[in-house]
Amino acid sequence: MLKKRIIPCLDIQNGRTVKGVNFVEIKDAGDPIELAKRYVIEGADELVFLDITATIENRKTLIYLVKNIAAEINIPFTVGGGINSIEDVKSIINAGADKVSVNSSAIKKPELITQIATEFGSQCVVVAIDTKFTDGEWVVYSHGGRTKTDLKTINWSKTVEDSGAGEILLTSMNNDGTKSGFAIDITNDVSKKVNIPVIASGGAGSQEHFKEVFQKTETTAALAASVFHYGEIPIPKLKQYLKENNIPVR
Amino acid sequence: MIAIIKYNAGNISSVQNAFNRLGVESIITDNHEEILSADRIIFPGVGEASFAMRHLKANGLDALIQNCTKPFLGICLGLQLMCENSEEGDVECLKIFNTKVKKFPKNEKVPHMGWNDFKNVDGLLFNGIEATSNMYYVHSYFAEVCENTVATCDYILPFSAAMQKDNFFATQFHPEKSAEEGERLLKNFLEL
Repeated sequence: MLKKRIIPCLDIQNGRTVKGVNFVEIKDAGDPIELAKRYVIEGADELVFLDITATIENRKTLIYLVKNIAAEINIPFTVGGGINSIEDVKSIINAGADKVSVNSSAIKKPELITQIATEFGSQCVVVAIDTKFTDGEWVVYSHGGRTKTDLKTINWSKTVEDSGAGEILLTSMNNDGTKSGFAIDITNDVSKKVNIPVIASGGAGSQEHFKEVFQKTETTAALAASVFHYGEIPIPKLKQYLKENNIPVR
Repeated sequence: MIAIIKYNAGNISSVQNAFNRLGVESIITDNHEEILSADRIIFPGVGEASFAMRHLKANGLDALIQNCTKPFLGICLGLQLMCENSEEGDVECLKIFNTKVKKFPKNEKVPHMGWNDFKNVDGLLFNGIEATSNMYYVHSYFAEVCENTVATCDYILPFSAAMQKDNFFATQFHPEKSAEEGERLLKNFLEL
């Protein structure tokens, strides 16, 4: 049976992880590779690295980091943040990333999704959608959640699927950082609407929240950052809990 | 020395990285002499089948592969190209395995993406690997089960997770991305 995936997300700035981590064994908490290796040992199913500065000066640092991650990590990983062109995609994929995640640039020019899918295959393209419940409906925000767009989340999800996306990373801005659980309603609507895998993101605060999102929606993966970084939810314990609740995990 | 056949755009360095982690030397090449002089050959692949077949033919790699006598391992699209034909781009393939490649019906999410176990496993590649082991898959097309199938996986329907015929081996999943279990399979291939 296909397993539900648990995906830690690492925020990267100047080649280092930001936000603290409390794994005592890791000597240098800022080293994304050390943290990534720890997550692999713990049973993470994939990793997402998000370059949160994503300036041109930082690109070389990021490419160097991606090469080092690819050399060390034996599970799939996605790299996102500031990817604006097919050239950006090429340099990241050629450095060894399995997938790239695009967000604002896909909103600006949806043909970028098709371009990446044609050149590298749909499986390479994760479209990240930041969504917020605003004036009675779920709408898409761009530029790291700073800019409201005219796009309705459900329609945009269908558009990215039709454009060739292999996967959708859906983050509810209402839930992100609240630790009150994933946004079940929009995650369910999107995962029912599209036939590609959907990764739920934003709001994870307890093991029960992971169970809930897998039981109540068709999402095939769940992503979180701080609850993993700070050791609030150890991945092996989470997986054991999900198994006990008949949710298939690796 | 292991030759990793270069025949398409995309990320094939991940296979080389996996062998580096195992401490085994490899080269990514489309040079016939280099491929033929290697002890083992890897035929990786992420991409579109008809495009890949055109590229193989243009470089004479189709005949080289068909006539290969060394231990040979196809991965993902590599496995599919080793079949008779593929619905992806409606293309005739290398005809090493006696089966066809079809598109998944959309009863479930497609691509089949993530970790999945086996219905059954058999053969040398799976020494020490149980049917309960999980491997990482990402694909929208599958090879039908046939007499060359040595492992089956179930997603929407049972399909060939791995195949073997003489010196030719192939996996639909990505051993290079399948953590320890995947490394175990690559080690098994190196020990053949």
